[in-house]
Amino acid sequence: MSAAILSWAVTIAQIALAIAMALALVRMIKGPRAQDRVLGLDALYGNAMLLMLVFGIRTGNSLYFETSLIIGALGFVATVALAKFLMRGEVIE
Amino acid sequence: MNSENLLLLLILLPFAGSALAALLPANARNTEAWLSGCITITAFAIVVYLYPSISAGEILRNEIEWLPGSDLNFTLRMDGFAWMFSILVTGIGFLVVLYARYYMSPEDPVPRFFSFLLAFAGAMQGIVISGNLILLAIFWELTSIFSFLLIGYWHHNTAARDGARMSLIVTGTGGLCLLAGLVLLGYITDSYDLDHVLAAGNTIREHELYVPVLVLILLGALTKSAQFPFHFWLPNAMAAPTPVSAYLHSATMVKAGVFLLTRLWPVLSGTDEWFLLLGLAGMSSLLLSAYFAIFQQDLKGLLAYSTISHLGLITTLLSFGSPLAAVAAIFHMLNHATFKASLFMAAGIIDHEAGTRDMRKLSGLFSFMPITATLAMVASAAMAGVPLLNGFLSKEMFFSETLGQHSGSVLDSVLPYAATLAGAFSVTYSIRFIHTVFFGPKPLGLPREPHEPPHWMRRPIEFLVLACLIIGIVPGITIGPYLHTAVTSVLREYTPLYSLAVWHGINTPLIMSMTALIGGALLYLMLQNYLAQSEDGPPGIRQLKGQRIFERSLVTLSWRWARWMEDTFGTQRLQPQLFLVIFIALIAGCWPFLGTDPAFNLESTTGMDPAFAVLWGIGIACALGAAYQAKYHRLAALILMGGAGLVTCITFVWFSAPDLAVTQLLVEIVTTVLILLGLRWLPKRMEQIDDATTLIARTRRLRDFVLAVSCGGGMTLIAYTIMTNAELPETIAGFFLERAYSEGGGSNVVNVILVDFRGFDTFGEITVLGIVALTVYALLRRFRPAPDSIEIPEQQRIQNDFDDRHPNRKVGETVHDYLMVPAVLMQWMFPFIILLAVYFFLRGHDLPGGGFAAGITLAIGLLLQYLASDTRWVEDRLRILPVRWIGLGLLLAALTGMGSWLFGFPFLTSHSTYLEIPLIGKIPVATALFFDLGVLLLVVGATALMLIAIAHQSIRSHRARAIESAKTQEDD
Repeated sequence: MSAAILSWAVTIAQIALAIAMALALVRMIKGPRAQDRVLGLDALYGNAMLLMLVFGIRTGNSLYFETSLIIGALGFVATVALAKFLMRGEVIE
Repeated sequence: MNSENLLLLLILLPFAGSALAALLPANARNTEAWLSGCITITAFAIVVYLYPSISAGEILRNEIEWLPGSDLNFTLRMDGFAWMFSILVTGIGFLVVLYARYYMSPEDPVPRFFSFLLAFAGAMQGIVISGNLILLAIFWELTSIFSFLLIGYWHHNTAARDGARMSLIVTGTGGLCLLAGLVLLGYITDSYDLDHVLAAGNTIREHELYVPVLVLILLGALTKSAQFPFHFWLPNAMAAPTPVSAYLHSATMVKAGVFLLTRLWPVLSGTDEWFLLLGLAGMSSLLLSAYFAIFQQDLKGLLAYSTISHLGLITTLLSFGSPLAAVAAIFHMLNHATFKASLFMAAGIIDHEAGTRDMRKLSGLFSFMPITATLAMVASAAMAGVPLLNGFLSKEMFFSETLGQHSGSVLDSVLPYAATLAGAFSVTYSIRFIHTVFFGPKPLGLPREPHEPPHWMRRPIEFLVLACLIIGIVPGITIGPYLHTAVTSVLREYTPLYSLAVWHGINTPLIMSMTALIGGALLYLMLQNYLAQSEDGPPGIRQLKGQRIFERSLVTLSWRWARWMEDTFGTQRLQPQLFLVIFIALIAGCWPFLGTDPAFNLESTTGMDPAFAVLWGIGIACALGAAYQAKYHRLAALILMGGAGLVTCITFVWFSAPDLAVTQLLVEIVTTVLILLGLRWLPKRMEQIDDATTLIARTRRLRDFVLAVSCGGGMTLIAYTIMTNAELPETIAGFFLERAYSEGGGSNVVNVILVDFRGFDTFGEITVLGIVALTVYALLRRFRPAPDSIEIPEQQRIQNDFDDRHPNRKVGETVHDYLMVPAVLMQWMFPFIILLAVYFFLRGHDLPGGGFAAGITLAIGLLLQYLASDTRWVEDRLRILPVRWIGLGLLLAALTGMGSWLFGFPFLTSHSTYLEIPLIGKIPVATALFFDLGVLLLVVGATALMLIAIAHQSIRSHRARAIESAKTQEDD
């Protein structure tokens, strides 16, 4: 019974996260401002991290958590760089 | 020590000495000379020590496997002939070192000189004793390179630079032809081993490829020995220091050509082609250069042309194809080396003590330097072929050989006369050399007051001249046995009976000799007055210089034609280049399907995961969006590309390739930042594009669109077919999967492939990565941004203005305030990221990670510090020296690879074991870990170097602006 609940929960979580990613994509494409696009990418990264976690839960393989770890630890670098670019006009000054 | 190792030592010793000599301080003239002298005399002693076994007819061999599969081994082989040449290389090498000690001035950077000289000696020794054709070609090219470096030693001098370049182009091109010829020779005989080749004479001569082989090898030999029509480089090489001329350009390197011809004489000679090609080149060199030599005004120029002429004599002898002529050729090589080296050294002394080499200025030096004068007289008498000197003996043999029948054509009857004429010319220029320089009135207006050189500078000449005399008077008991050893090793069962006596009775050769002597002396008397005034070069054809023709053709080839090609086929614009690249790729991709029925098995996939389907939809949308936005909205395109990359990474995870996903994710992050860094310097958007609406522009765009869609669609189609088609033939993947753990000691197959199975490829790749990083750095050092992107970005201007307006704010405070919290976070992340990198690195051999991923992680950590605050702040606290990281990484990887040699395994053999560490327990360790560490260091260095190089552009532009504004303020 609980296995079935977990299985359903995982599937629903995956679909929900995919939809969240699709919504982030809409912001990335439509904008309208560059800041919206950057935030869209950041949200995409965050959702991808969670998707990996869910995937890890589904397969029971802890290796997938590491992909999440990398997105979590380093995924924000791209966002920071983009944000700084928007704020100052150059990334490293 | 056994003789095999001694052979190896003969090669290694000079190269090791060369490396050592290069490291000594610039003014260590004596130490350099001692070092080089010890090395050459030791090598000489080794060669002498080997004589007993050589004279017994033994062939010493030392075979070290190199690429045995391609029959390419490091084979050293010494027989009598090689022994004789080794004596020349090491013996004259020693004398030249001794001479050079006094010749080089204290201001000259001597380490470079002695280092090149020793390396040359090693390369020349290599030519002489290599037993493998390809190895011989390698040493051959090495001598060309060191000759180039030595001729250009005084590189502030234009003549030296030009002469060096010309000699390299001529001898290097010849070397390439030689390599082709030797490869063909190896193809004919099925082996590159010299002994095999020498045993296959008949096969070679009857083979249909004989003529191409002959022509190619002759091109190599004739360019090296400066034979007509390739002779012109040698006189121009006289810009080299005189010891170099004495060693390379008279005694050894130019002899390499005739050495090779003699070496291959048993298998190549005896045909009409051989006689015609070689005989014509040899006779023209002999006659023309002797004639040119008479009219030279430069002492060394005279000697250079005389060298060409004497080498022509040897070539002519070899062309005859009779064993007796070959004996004479070998004998003359020896004799020429002794008298010509001593003459060059004498010319160097004259130049050194009198300050000029121009024979129009030199005169009556006998009273200033009687001993040197006497020595030079004896040596040039040997050059002229005066009886009781060694030159006479071999010239006599040459004259008697010209009398024989060779091809039965008109050449036969002309030969004796031509030979006598050339002999007369050589008498003329020898007399001229002595008479102009040492006799006549006292010199006027010399740059220096001439006097005798230091004793030890004269010793080498004294020794060589003594050798000329002794060989000339009692040849049979002095040089006889050694010459016989050399001759029998070349001719083997064809060794003829010959006698080295001075007196053979009155016969035709003697009459020819006497005619040449008297005729030459008379010719000098006739020309004496003309020569005292004349310009440099022979009358009549003074304008026709090989040098000028060479330079003209070089300009045409490498400048005019190249420019024409560039103008006709090249373009500066990116669009046509990209179009061509992709168009050709499309054609190449379609090529295999031409004529066949391309049955794409497009199976529809069932049971697709809904989340995954959405994910791929996102990826596709991102990719399309990026392509659509790329033209006008670069930032948006970049963000969308980031999205597409992320979806790719998730796909990798989904298809159970977490290691790929890790690496791809890290690369994705670095790439985004890299492009962002570049974005700052791209030119602004062009608002108005003139031809946007014309029909041609629209057609062009349609064409590009169709091309892009068909290329991308084709790629998709092929990839889809391959991935959905289960029945693929067995790939190499299975092999790696099976053996990764059992042989590589790791369960992360990708990493094991990278650092173990394909370690050599990885080594090449990281080398390329290092080169690319250095190139990026070098290009950016001279980078000048487009005028419209030099301006400080708008955002910074606004923020700085805000800071300026408020009296209690400093410039830069706004950004500092904004970044306060994120900067602290980012700085505190640094140790954590380092830990992450260490983690990836250590477990890389078994689980996702590895040196590459760890390196990029570390580079991202560094990058983050640059992002958190400004460049100056970071570099005040953290000295990153990326170039050293690159060097260290490469070195470590190479050393790990070489480490396996110590245990007798090939390069980069990996070893894995388990180590017991207290508290942690057993951990797997492979030597590949060190290799991986090298990869890590290099990746960190390369990534940091590229990113920082771009980042530094901002500082540079700030600084440039500051200077600019300071200037304008001063002007105001």
